[in-house]
Amino acid sequence: MVDYETHDYDVIVIGAGGAGLRAAVEAKERGLRTALVCKSLLGKAHTVMAEGGVAAAMGNVWPEDNWQVHFRDTMRGGKMLNNWRMAQLHAQEAPDRVYELEAWGALFDRTTDGRITQRDFGGHRYARLAHVGDRTGLELIRTLQQRAVHLGIDVFMECKVLRLLTDDDGRVSGAVGYWRPTGEFIAFTAKATVLATGSIGKSWAYTSNSWESTGDGHAMAVWAGADVIDMECVQFHPTGMVWPLSVRGLLVTEGVRGDGGVLRNSEGTRFMFDYVAPMFRAETAETEEEADAWYEDHINNRRTPDLLPRDEVARAINSEVKAGRGTPHGGVFLDIASRRTPEYIRRRLPSMYHQFMELAGVDITAEPMEVGPTCHYMMGGIRVDADTEAATVPGLFAAGEVAGGMHGSNRLGGNSLSDLLVFGRRAGIGAADFAEGRTGSPQLDDGQASAVIAAALEPLGRDGGENPYQLHHDLQQTMQSLVGIIRTGPELEQALEKLGELRQRADKISVDGGRAYNPGWNMATDLPSMLTVSTAVTQGALHRRESRGGHTREDFPTADPELGKVNFVQRQRVERGPDAPIEIGPEPLPQMPPELTVLFEEAH
Amino acid sequence: MSDVTMRIWRGDPAGGDFEEYALEAQEGEVVLDVVHRIQATQAPDLACRWNCKAGKCGSCSAEINGTPRLMCMTRMDQLPEGPVTVAPMRTFPVVRDLVTDVSFNYEVAKRIPAFEPPARPAEGYRMQQIDVERGQEFRKCIECFMCQNVCHVIRDHEENKPHYAGPRFFIRLAELETHPLDTNDRRELVRQRMGLGLCNITKCCTEVCPEHIKITDNGIIPMKERVVDASYDPVGWLGRKIMRRPKRSPEEAAAGSSS
Ligand SMILES: Cc1cc2nc3c(=O)[nH]c(=O)nc-3n(C[C@H](O)[C@H](O)[C@H](O)COP(=O)(O)OP(=O)(O)OC[C@H]3O[C@@H](n4cnc5c(N)ncnc54)[C@H](O)[C@@H]3O)c2cc1C
Ligand code: FES
Repeated sequence: MVDYETHDYDVIVIGAGGAGLRAAVEAKERGLRTALVCKSLLGKAHTVMAEGGVAAAMGNVWPEDNWQVHFRDTMRGGKMLNNWRMAQLHAQEAPDRVYELEAWGALFDRTTDGRITQRDFGGHRYARLAHVGDRTGLELIRTLQQRAVHLGIDVFMECKVLRLLTDDDGRVSGAVGYWRPTGEFIAFTAKATVLATGSIGKSWAYTSNSWESTGDGHAMAVWAGADVIDMECVQFHPTGMVWPLSVRGLLVTEGVRGDGGVLRNSEGTRFMFDYVAPMFRAETAETEEEADAWYEDHINNRRTPDLLPRDEVARAINSEVKAGRGTPHGGVFLDIASRRTPEYIRRRLPSMYHQFMELAGVDITAEPMEVGPTCHYMMGGIRVDADTEAATVPGLFAAGEVAGGMHGSNRLGGNSLSDLLVFGRRAGIGAADFAEGRTGSPQLDDGQASAVIAAALEPLGRDGGENPYQLHHDLQQTMQSLVGIIRTGPELEQALEKLGELRQRADKISVDGGRAYNPGWNMATDLPSMLTVSTAVTQGALHRRESRGGHTREDFPTADPELGKVNFVQRQRVERGPDAPIEIGPEPLPQMPPELTVLFEEAH
Repeated sequence: MSDVTMRIWRGDPAGGDFEEYALEAQEGEVVLDVVHRIQATQAPDLACRWNCKAGKCGSCSAEINGTPRLMCMTRMDQLPEGPVTVAPMRTFPVVRDLVTDVSFNYEVAKRIPAFEPPARPAEGYRMQQIDVERGQEFRKCIECFMCQNVCHVIRDHEENKPHYAGPRFFIRLAELETHPLDTNDRRELVRQRMGLGLCNITKCCTEVCPEHIKITDNGIIPMKERVVDASYDPVGWLGRKIMRRPKRSPEEAAAGSSS
């Protein structure tokens, strides 16, 4: 029997990125006893890495912009798989959420008349991203962190949650985890629990995500019996760094191509001209001359194919590498050095210049970069009610990247930071309302808590088993090679088989050392989440027999209008025991009302 | 490929020592990569903090060959030949190996009175770019706490910690002081409870800042001047404040005048 400390709250928020911080602020401002739990130090969550900006139709640069246009851009970007109500609320409320950050001390870049300025980004019809240089995520997280500290929210940092607790009625009633510095266990009881745990990228070998992105929230929701949707919809950004090892997966901004950089294969060919899908032909340049002229004169020339949508470019890079025309390290070349002067490059792309100079020893004003697709963002996630962010299990709420629906099958840049603010706040309200309406305090079920603790300790007590790092490595190789950017039925079947083997191996790992700040043990406790999430992604990919947004099936290369009307919903029947399989099936998308469908009929 | 030798401090609050790890060098690696390879192959319980691996989160601070640096931004091939020494930040108590207890910083943060803007005018707050830029420089801070780590006032004098905020929080205060919309006056607080007077401007903090924030020149020195001015020469202080236009009245700021 292992001891653990206990805490009781009205609302606990698991995750302190933008979404979790915003939710906790809301619940605390309502006067509820609120706890914020995160597995790193406060202020270090993945949100801190966001660069480009937060999308909100404030109309400061283009007065023509409004929520309807933003809504339409978002739905189109998601290939209409989005939950329309979430996309609507998001577009309507994002401006207020940005202004609120300003009132809490954020210093956004300004227009000449002193308002918050906005920048252009892919898929957004008007310049719409409020930003602070290329460090918008830092501004967002710091502002919310300072707000949270000011409100006196109880923060449990470097405290990793392992499982949610449920009561006899199946309601979520708290969570169990451990303090990373000491390895001591901790249990929470709470009337309402918000998951805001972010992404899943760490199951792939090449990712722009931080170590925290192990999909713990996705997995904990599944284990508590909640629905997850669209798990097949993973965004691969076309240009991540591939070499050196130290920076594999790190993001290379789209701005490099926007400012004149082009993609070339090992033969020096600008291969994007060979990958223009029929639907983009009318608007895309056919010759290098025309493409180059476009930078100066958008009116008389068509766009360079280097700037096709993210999924198109990522697929093209992948094909070139598969055809043997990749770079020595398995990417392609992104060349701006031979096309622009060093002064221009340093002025327009200062952070890229420094990123490559400091980390890769590559002078991008003199040599090409090596780039390849990198696992970037999870569109799929916990199925929530659009207005309250309630999951399908009572007492559980979700917001941010861990929630599904908002972005459909493909997210537009800038729409994540706004998502965190809009739905973080709504989740805080939803959880507060639920907590206030819940009668009696949830009781701590010691049996459940102790079982979670015993399972977590198993690898520490076992000798001679496999090393968790090796297992993680093998998982990443499996997901990278079989459930990557281009998928096929047979490979997905093979992945499921491999994941089954990995699950068995995971049951037998052993961990050296003690419980206090032991990264090996931490990795061991991440593996169950990563395996559950990887399985759900693979199952979803197998069932969606079409290509849509971030999900590409080589054996079903086009979109199927019938499949565009359904989400693939996955659920574990927990009442059948912890080893019950995760079941999957299609369910119709929520129906958009006529006053919104007309927005898609108007000619533009 | 050649080999590298890492001398990494291993231990806990009870004590510890450097341990040597030899491994093959790999092209382009940063110190954090090597630490990760040691974890994966030789010492699975070697504790270190990190998150972004891109110099953006400020988690991976350590003393590399005696100098505080971010492990994720320090390339192995740019360090001198010979063993590379990696030790935890000295000013904070060790938790384990390279991980230190930085809670001191989070406690100081709680003592700083919040930003307080005037009510939002109907047409929104207006601020000029030039007026937000000073604050933006300070807000680049990624809270790696290396400036706190090298600050002599606390590095060598544990007893100063309770009444000394340290460079990270001086620039936080400077940021608030220069915020065009802030209405709080924190000068007395800075002088009496944050210990600004103890700083003797050796600029060690500025030297280690991975964001190249001019902590001393742009943050601490101007604030020292203002605090002194305010207590000994209120009229002169006011004059200089207006000349330097670091902060306008809320009404002006809200109205967006940029004079
Ligand atoms: C390089 C990069 C650039 C980007 N740029 C942009 C951009 O310009 N604009 C934009 O809109 N989006 C951008 N994105 C996407 C955006 O940053 C993320 O989608 C968003 O920050 C996710 O926020 P979140 O609050 O959902 O989760 P996160 O910020 O990932 O936070 C997750 C939190 O959950 C905690 N947690 C996780 N598991 C546990 C557990 N088991 N126990 C306790 N705590 C746990 C973590 O500690 C952390 O606090 C970018 C992403 C990357 C990688
Ligand atoms: S890991 Fe984020 S700064 Fe080094």
